[in-house]
Amino acid sequence: MSATERYLKTKGAPSLAELEAVGMLPKLEDLARGACLCIECVEEIPCNPCETSCPNGAIKVGDPITNLPVIDREKCTACGLCIPSCPGLAITMKRVQGDRATIRFPWEYVPVPVVGDEVEMVDRLGNVVCPGKVIGVNAAARNDRTLVVGAEFAAEHVLSVISMKRKRS
Amino acid sequence: MEKHKPVVVVGAGPAGLCAAIELKKAGAPVILLDENDKPGGQLFKQIHKFFGSREHKAGTRGFTIGTSLLDESLKLGIDVRLETEVVGVDPGLRVWAVRQRASSELIEASRLILATGATENALSFPGWTLPGVMTAGCAQTLINVYRVLPGKRVLIIGSGNVGVIVGYQLMQSGAEVVGIVEALPSLGGYGVHTAKLARAGVPFYTGTTVVRAEGVESLERATIAQVDGSFKPIASTERTLDVDTICLAVGLTPSLELSSLAGCRTIYVPELGGRMPLHDEYMRSSVQEVYVVGDTAGVEEASTAMEEGRLAGVHAAWSLGYMSDDDMKERVDETKQRLNALRQGVFGQKRFNAKARIIQESQLR
Amino acid sequence: MERTNRVADHVVLGPAPEVEEVCIYLDGKPIPAKKGEPVMSALVAAGVTVFRHTAKGSPRRMFCGIGRCTDCVMKVDGVPGVRTCVTRVRDGMRVERQEGKGSWAEEAADGKA
Repeated sequence: MSATERYLKTKGAPSLAELEAVGMLPKLEDLARGACLCIECVEEIPCNPCETSCPNGAIKVGDPITNLPVIDREKCTACGLCIPSCPGLAITMKRVQGDRATIRFPWEYVPVPVVGDEVEMVDRLGNVVCPGKVIGVNAAARNDRTLVVGAEFAAEHVLSVISMKRKRS
Repeated sequence: MEKHKPVVVVGAGPAGLCAAIELKKAGAPVILLDENDKPGGQLFKQIHKFFGSREHKAGTRGFTIGTSLLDESLKLGIDVRLETEVVGVDPGLRVWAVRQRASSELIEASRLILATGATENALSFPGWTLPGVMTAGCAQTLINVYRVLPGKRVLIIGSGNVGVIVGYQLMQSGAEVVGIVEALPSLGGYGVHTAKLARAGVPFYTGTTVVRAEGVESLERATIAQVDGSFKPIASTERTLDVDTICLAVGLTPSLELSSLAGCRTIYVPELGGRMPLHDEYMRSSVQEVYVVGDTAGVEEASTAMEEGRLAGVHAAWSLGYMSDDDMKERVDETKQRLNALRQGVFGQKRFNAKARIIQESQLR
Repeated sequence: MERTNRVADHVVLGPAPEVEEVCIYLDGKPIPAKKGEPVMSALVAAGVTVFRHTAKGSPRRMFCGIGRCTDCVMKVDGVPGVRTCVTRVRDGMRVERQEGKGSWAEEAADGKA
């Protein structure tokens, strides 16, 4: 982890530099090649549902279960089953096509988003980065009530966007 | 050995339930007592998905694990006595229980397994008694069990996993978390938990403490300030936040009432919440017939509490002749493996070391 | 006072279940409650912020919510010092704010409803 930044342990979320330091920031070419699995799990905690949720063996934690997850991009089919499996809500799937980016991310707030919703995409510290649009909401029973929301937004923000702003009722 | 006497388990939370299940499975007579009118302890308030591996039911929400433990205990026909407060234990292992605050009974036990949990710590500062100041667990009970919001704008004191989990759950119930205050220079909870709040825009204030809470008849605002090297607030850094709720998430202390009455020797282990009963590798206290499991034996998590309960249940069943040496050894080994898996990494290693120290100390005495 | 602090919808817990309503009385005033819930949550749902006053007149509500601390005690059906966080509501239950340790005597202001 970057010696100069301690965002995770002072602001609550890792900076891009901290993610890069542990190899958890996707490369732009990966994002352009197709839907790209992103895991932001930079601390050694005892946890491996991401590994066991993957039908293709694309995520490796191994033994001990405190190992950080390692992604095998060749094996990942971007099915997204790992997204709701992560108790830390630390998994997203991102993709860049031309000047648009898409993200699939976990979501556990009401009101439940609806396809077509105009939303505000946020970065890891909750700052609004750009407008976005909900393009999918997956509420499959196997997700055990963690929704997987798809949204699209301007590609230039693909690295900083992590979720969308919660609507206040 | 008098096989007709039951093993009495006190506390029907995750640790006690698992202990009772193991005993019953082995064929030992067991009675599970709990002061509340519903079993499960704090498990049904845990609406988030648990960490761990498949063997620990990782990825499953706490209340779902609670439901499956209750189903299992029901299927096994465990004698669960609710609204039953244990108010005394004597050296002859007689357990004095008061039922529904009305009738009293003495139960002669062959073994006693204490799974009495822990109590949330308070934090005293000017205004801390005002309505609106409460423990994080209190807020969690209100929102997740009774589905009422204690307030709309919440300040959380303490950034450990309890503080950040309850903060996230308050937002899920519609509240706004205006900040999380942490006296230490670094946040305490898992980064994946703090990140859920950070991306929702919740500010974290490290090196900061709450100075006072104010309001006429209930909480209206809180003043926080950065602390110096000796944790004294720096007046020039004070800032005031409009809040109607303060949640204290400043640790838990093992509940020792019954193990003290039973004569169990104690040890001071700050990493696990303070003073707690000594125990060996099978969770047996200094009184050989008394086991201590879960948070009362050192504050950890529901997932470790369940494994400790199983460990004690298996060993108690074996000690009464309900399990063969080989079976016991095998079950103990696999349970220890699962426990060890949960006590690794940057967060777990400290707890692993503390537990090792306790077990070592129990052998010396 | 029609405000409610009940959580209507929740992604994980789902919509609030239909629960039979009962009526309790706070210092003589009717308050709707859900059958089976503790007095504490019925009062919080109704927006009640003060449960009692100490002998010195300082307000208190609840603190631990699980029967440990006794911060939330009130006079319930004439009995003072009852922990409202572990006492379930009953239709017609009379709940009163107490001062200090409270008293067993019927007070003039209550019970007329």
